[in-house]
Amino acid sequence: MTTKFTADHEWINIEDHEAAVVGITLHAQDALGDVVYVDLPEVGRSYAKGDVAGVVESVKAAADIFMPVTGEVVEVNEALRADPALANTDPMGNGWFFKVRVTDMGQFDELMDGPGYDALLKTL
Amino acid sequence: MSADTAAPLLHTPLHALHLELGAKMVPFAGYAMPVQYPAGILAEHRHCRYEAALFDVSHMGQLQLRGDDAAAALETLVPQDIIGLAPGKQRYAFFTNAQGGLLDDLMVTRRADHLFLVVNAGCKVEDTRHLITNIGHRCTIVPLPDHALLALQGPKAVAALERLNPAVATLTFMTGGDFDLAGAACFVTRSGYTGEDGFEISVPADQAVALARALLAQPEVKPAGLGARDTLRLEAGLCLYGHDIDERTSPIEAGLTWAIQKVRRPGGERAGGYPGARVIDSHLTQGVAVKRVGLVGLEKVPVREGTTIVDSHGHKLGRVTSGTLGPTVHEPVAMAYLAVNHAAPQHEVYAEVRGKHLPMRVTAMPFTPHRYHR
Repeated sequence: MTTKFTADHEWINIEDHEAAVVGITLHAQDALGDVVYVDLPEVGRSYAKGDVAGVVESVKAAADIFMPVTGEVVEVNEALRADPALANTDPMGNGWFFKVRVTDMGQFDELMDGPGYDALLKTL
Repeated sequence: MSADTAAPLLHTPLHALHLELGAKMVPFAGYAMPVQYPAGILAEHRHCRYEAALFDVSHMGQLQLRGDDAAAALETLVPQDIIGLAPGKQRYAFFTNAQGGLLDDLMVTRRADHLFLVVNAGCKVEDTRHLITNIGHRCTIVPLPDHALLALQGPKAVAALERLNPAVATLTFMTGGDFDLAGAACFVTRSGYTGEDGFEISVPADQAVALARALLAQPEVKPAGLGARDTLRLEAGLCLYGHDIDERTSPIEAGLTWAIQKVRRPGGERAGGYPGARVIDSHLTQGVAVKRVGLVGLEKVPVREGTTIVDSHGHKLGRVTSGTLGPTVHEPVAMAYLAVNHAAPQHEVYAEVRGKHLPMRVTAMPFTPHRYHR
């Protein structure tokens, strides 16, 4: 199981051969503060890498969720829609946003690994 | 509101305490200010609604106007009754410009030998200049940069503050007086910006930390940042200068007619005599084309500042000036300026959010009832 990170503070985790799970990082939820609303992508729709696939809103601000890789959304986290605070309390676990069937594993491999993302955070 | 991004941020006397409490500091009106503490905005907001919250608002401007002519002089800059303000009483006021717009809103309290003003942080430099330029020859304008300002807000604020000095409980909403608190000579008003009962405390800067610690030691009290202050005042239907009101909005459009006393209105004994009086008088007598309204979202999506409001045909009606998901009303709440024919309560309008039209209902404000101690 490999977790990769984007410069927009999403994480993506290849779960099995079928799909990757996407969420926001601990840093992202901390920067946003209390999450009160999420807009999730459409199941069955394909998005290109970099497309806006959702929105996460805290009391103070709204932020776009960008698709980390090209692919089709196969599932969204209905529990998160019902309880957006999961993005704060368990961002890397139960607070996941959606699952995507990855078209090109090369795009996944190009993303930052954990140490690479930690290094990025140190520059912020 | 001016923001000089190049200048280093100013610190309030409580800066080190904020860091010690784990606050997330953000730039605001030239100051490094706590936007939230580790509890987070929602918890801080709720704590203020149910218990008591302590806010550092030392970035705001505190001024004294001294001299026998001060009240009459100030009346040339604001449409409020200042001459008739009794000792110990506080009043909401605003500086107007020649077009009848608002330069800033402020609180004025008559103390024994002077008027005490609290103005917005982002406007305090311009306000001070405005006062000196226009009425500096009639009274003495004394800024108080050596004073901090603390706001203790919430239904249990009185229980907490009373332990430091029982006499504060005698104050009623929009009155003030001198009180010794934790060894400091303070000027306390029973007022605030949250819709709750509470106090604003002007304290000498070098005694502010000791007072803040004494307040935080009370079981009811927890610190709250500017994030919660903003959601609290929005639920309370209170305007934020630079957002809900500014130099282009008249007080009548903003729904602040209540704050202009009869004596300063057309036909009153001291009608007019302040900048933009002609425009404001005509708005009072002829009415206005647009009005500030409260909106409640019928779906759970926050509707934020800058959002366009449209009618059912998609025609633009106005723009949201403040908005969030109300942490205690559990609904999206917003303020917007709408054409008067769409401003009646229960009228349904739509917010354009990410290509969707979200239904919202015009609602009387406040969104959450005021609980002042009158």
